[in-house]
Amino acid sequence: MRTVVVVGASLAGLYAARELRAQGFDGRLVVIGAEPHAPYDRPPLSKGFLTGTADEEQLALADEEETAELAAEWLLGARAGALDARGRTIVLDDGRTVAGDGVVIATGAAARRLPGPPLAGVHTLRTLDDARALRAELARGPQRVVVIGGGFIGAETASSCVALGHDVTVVEAAPLPLTAQLGPEMASVCAGLHARGGAELLTGVGVAGLRGAAGRFVTGVELADGRLLPADVVVVGIGATPRTDWLAGSPLAVDDGVLCDDGCVTALPQVVAVGDVARAGGVRAEHWTSATEQPRTAVRNLLAGHTVETAHSLPYFWSDQYGSRIQFAGRRSDGDTVRIVEGSPDDLGGGPPTGPRGEGLLAVYERAGRTTAVLAIDRARPFMKVRRGLAADRAAELAAV
Amino acid sequence: MIPVCRLEDLPAGDSVRLDTTPPVAVFNADGELYAIDDTCSHQDASLSEGWLEGCLIECPLHAASFDLRTGRPTCLPARRPLRTHQVYVEDGVIHVLVASDAGAPGDGGAGAAEKGSAA
Ligand SMILES: Cc1cc2nc3c(=O)[nH]c(=O)nc-3n(C[C@H](O)[C@H](O)[C@H](O)COP(=O)(O)OP(=O)(O)OC[C@H]3O[C@@H](n4cnc5c(N)ncnc54)[C@H](O)[C@@H]3O)c2cc1C
Ligand code: FES
Repeated sequence: MRTVVVVGASLAGLYAARELRAQGFDGRLVVIGAEPHAPYDRPPLSKGFLTGTADEEQLALADEEETAELAAEWLLGARAGALDARGRTIVLDDGRTVAGDGVVIATGAAARRLPGPPLAGVHTLRTLDDARALRAELARGPQRVVVIGGGFIGAETASSCVALGHDVTVVEAAPLPLTAQLGPEMASVCAGLHARGGAELLTGVGVAGLRGAAGRFVTGVELADGRLLPADVVVVGIGATPRTDWLAGSPLAVDDGVLCDDGCVTALPQVVAVGDVARAGGVRAEHWTSATEQPRTAVRNLLAGHTVETAHSLPYFWSDQYGSRIQFAGRRSDGDTVRIVEGSPDDLGGGPPTGPRGEGLLAVYERAGRTTAVLAIDRARPFMKVRRGLAADRAAELAAV
Repeated sequence: MIPVCRLEDLPAGDSVRLDTTPPVAVFNADGELYAIDDTCSHQDASLSEGWLEGCLIECPLHAASFDLRTGRPTCLPARRPLRTHQVYVEDGVIHVLVASDAGAPGDGGAGAAEKGSAA
């Protein structure tokens, strides 16, 4: 293989570039990124970057020395618009073409937006530019902030806004946020963090629309039940969609992500997909750790010319809200029972404006006597132990088949 | 020098966090005592809550690993080293000499103490 083109210059794309070099690829390496920025880390955008404890330098994913060592050609501020039928040539939006004999798709996901004309004061939070804009607006003094969506990004943003002294309401259409991820019992514990932290959480009610004259500042959020929430700033945190638009017309199958086998290899053996955009072995993960782990397997398979290894790591994510750190690992499914094995939901500490940490808690999910997943709030050490056990079980299970 | 705890209160495989600024973590790695900055150089996890294996400590948040002897990360996502600190046992009590204090004028206590080994 002489030229490998990585499309997407963020977490998964950078890790793929690193793996290519680490695994001995010494050919031409081209990395295409739609954003003008060098690879940066997204998780701090809703946390320390918004509250001002982390600045832009701290977001950088690679330093100058490492970037030089990678010896890659960076085409930043350049969007891939198409992949040809053979899966070898990438056409950029500005008309340039880049040809390679290997392609890594790492285009991630884009924040979902509400329909309707754009209004000032309405934000999504996915990119550095999004975060800069929101941060600047929040710096203008105390405001009424409405966060639409109570998922992890919504909750983290709400928590950061409270820490900055804003008046925050979170609107969640489902009866309880995070139920799909955590199950009802633990979702309700996490929902309780909002009240403890000083944000209001409205659940079971959808958003009918935003109020404000086109092109002017938003003035409020209209709820499906007719209520009107006055708002100066609205953050839309209703999930993300995988960025596969540019693959239309290519031979690759796309269905909520780029379909690939469990080694991240697509229908074309010289094209692999990693990170938020990849639906590997039927599942799409939108987590930092998968975006950093998948590239190793994907690159191995890319260089081998076919799938020689599968990427079956244990799902893991974390979230920081209202001074608490939530960590989750494993594969929970509906019907799993959950058991709190350490600590208690009544002693999570914190509170406005994030008071002392409490005891936290550790909960395990079980099915047929086996642990399927683990959740911790401020209990990193025992969490790590259970997580490692789950990973070992998973490895043994895979070795047995 | 900061007293940490009695030697027998930090059994092999265990760690303790000192609420200094910045916090320092003390480990008993199979009988050898080590002290390094507690806050991972990647983001903000506490290494005293990490996974200790030999003289490597794995961060509980994103799994960067640090060599307790040098404070250097052995894998990503951490890229910057952490300060290491000297550990002494005196009269059965573990003490840490926090690096910024090391070499301070008039600091003559170090040579007199036992080496930082629990063995
Ligand atoms: C605010 C925020 C907070 C988060 N917090 C956490 C957390 O606490 N814990 C956790 O586990 N995960 C968290 N995540 C998720 C984590 O950041 C993602 O899983 C990770 O960024 C995925 O990396 P990726 O490289 O696959 O995709 P992305 O980071 O989305 O990067 C894709 C890149 O590809 C570029 N691109 C897209 N289309 C094209 C194109 N056609 N041509 C060229 N370039 C293109 C994009 O501009 C982008 O830079 C958070 C995400 C966000 C947004
Ligand atoms: S905080 Fe330690 S690896 Fe990220």
